[in-house]
Amino acid sequence: MSGKPRLTYLNGRGRMESIRWLLAAAGVEFEEVFLQIKEQYEKLITDGSLLFQQVPLVEIDGMKMVQTRAILSYIAGKYNLYGKDLKERALIDMYVEGIIDLMHMILMFPFSPPDAKEKNIDSIKDKATNRYFPVFEKVLKQHGQDFLVGNKFSWADVQLIEAILAVEEKVPAVLSGFPQLQAFKKRMSNMPTIKKFLQPGSPRKPPPDEHYVETAMKVFMK
Amino acid sequence: MAGKPKLYYFNGRGKMESIRWLLAAAGVEFEEEFLETREQYEKLLQGGSLLFQQVPMVEIDGMKMVQTRAILSYIAAKYNLYGKDLKERALIDMYVGGTDDLMGFILIFPFLSAEDKEKQRAVIVQKATSRYFPVYEKVLKDHGQDFLVGNQFSWADVHLLEAILMVEEKKSDVLSGFPQLQAFKTRISNIPKIKKFLEPGSLRKPVPDDKYVETVRRVLRMYHDIKAN
Repeated sequence: MSGKPRLTYLNGRGRMESIRWLLAAAGVEFEEVFLQIKEQYEKLITDGSLLFQQVPLVEIDGMKMVQTRAILSYIAGKYNLYGKDLKERALIDMYVEGIIDLMHMILMFPFSPPDAKEKNIDSIKDKATNRYFPVFEKVLKQHGQDFLVGNKFSWADVQLIEAILAVEEKVPAVLSGFPQLQAFKKRMSNMPTIKKFLQPGSPRKPPPDEHYVETAMKVFMK
Repeated sequence: MAGKPKLYYFNGRGKMESIRWLLAAAGVEFEEEFLETREQYEKLLQGGSLLFQQVPMVEIDGMKMVQTRAILSYIAAKYNLYGKDLKERALIDMYVGGTDDLMGFILIFPFLSAEDKEKQRAVIVQKATSRYFPVYEKVLKDHGQDFLVGNQFSWADVHLLEAILMVEEKKSDVLSGFPQLQAFKTRISNIPKIKKFLEPGSLRKPVPDDKYVETVRRVLRMYHDIKAN
């Protein structure tokens, strides 16, 4: 007997956003608890809720899950977004890990000093256009299917659409050399659960701003 | 029809070491090709063998797998080291995530300046003894079983032993407050396949030295200063 999954994190994207995306894509409603002051975080630690004293925390199916990847893998497995066999899972894992590496640059961006920000955007653009996007462009071109793996919607597709939109916020014309990805972006955005998540009023969080960074420092820094 | 898995990496631990551990624990023999020159790396790149232009790369079951975690998950599942159901897999993933974070502090260690190394050694010990080891100590104490998850040997056990030994290389008495982990270390080290991997002449790699660092920097053209985060 379980209620909705409950997410505990800052009121912003960070490492929780991929989890929000995946739950939304799977059509799973969830609740959220937002950390706004240090005392809330300290209480979670003294309560023993955070296995390694870190968030994200997702309470789901009687477990207090931590570690972003573990949470995402569990959701993908539970909601049939992880391929049909071990080899498809291997492909999904490879694609997702690559995208996570790209997203890491975006994750760290708000915390970088002002004089490094332009250089960081150049790095994001360089890695997106030379390392990551060409891979997925080629995958889609070669099999000509709608989805990255096994002709079926999976975690890999959700992770990629999230990444595309996040990079576009920093580098607006980034998809200009990638016609397959442009079509993919449109296709994914029109899937009912994703379309709903992309509308105002959904649990999707806006790009991190100074207030988000301040709150993160306040809650987590000693 | 499958030959032995073939590992492409530098002749040293780095991100490939966890994969060597897991294959060894599963009793799987493997071959290795060591990157020693820039030319070898460029040849792999041009041949399209490296999906994201990076190593580790493991040729296994007809796939050219990259991304350490993807490779480890595949091996764990294939050789029944990933628990019996989704919830056990979730626990294993959580535990491995923790030991992976801990080993991340050690991964960059060889690349740091002498001064930063001393600071990082203290960070490694502090994280191990106050954040990570207490968790596994408690897990083992609470269920009293030999293995971390589901009373069955799994990837989580292999990864934890690897982490313990690596932290001990930085501070030899680091397990002194952790009797469960001491017993765990002895128990897992005595599992025949692991015992074999811990013996001289196995494919386990030694603590990275300056030669290893120089090779990585040269092959990847990675000459910038590396700072601990």
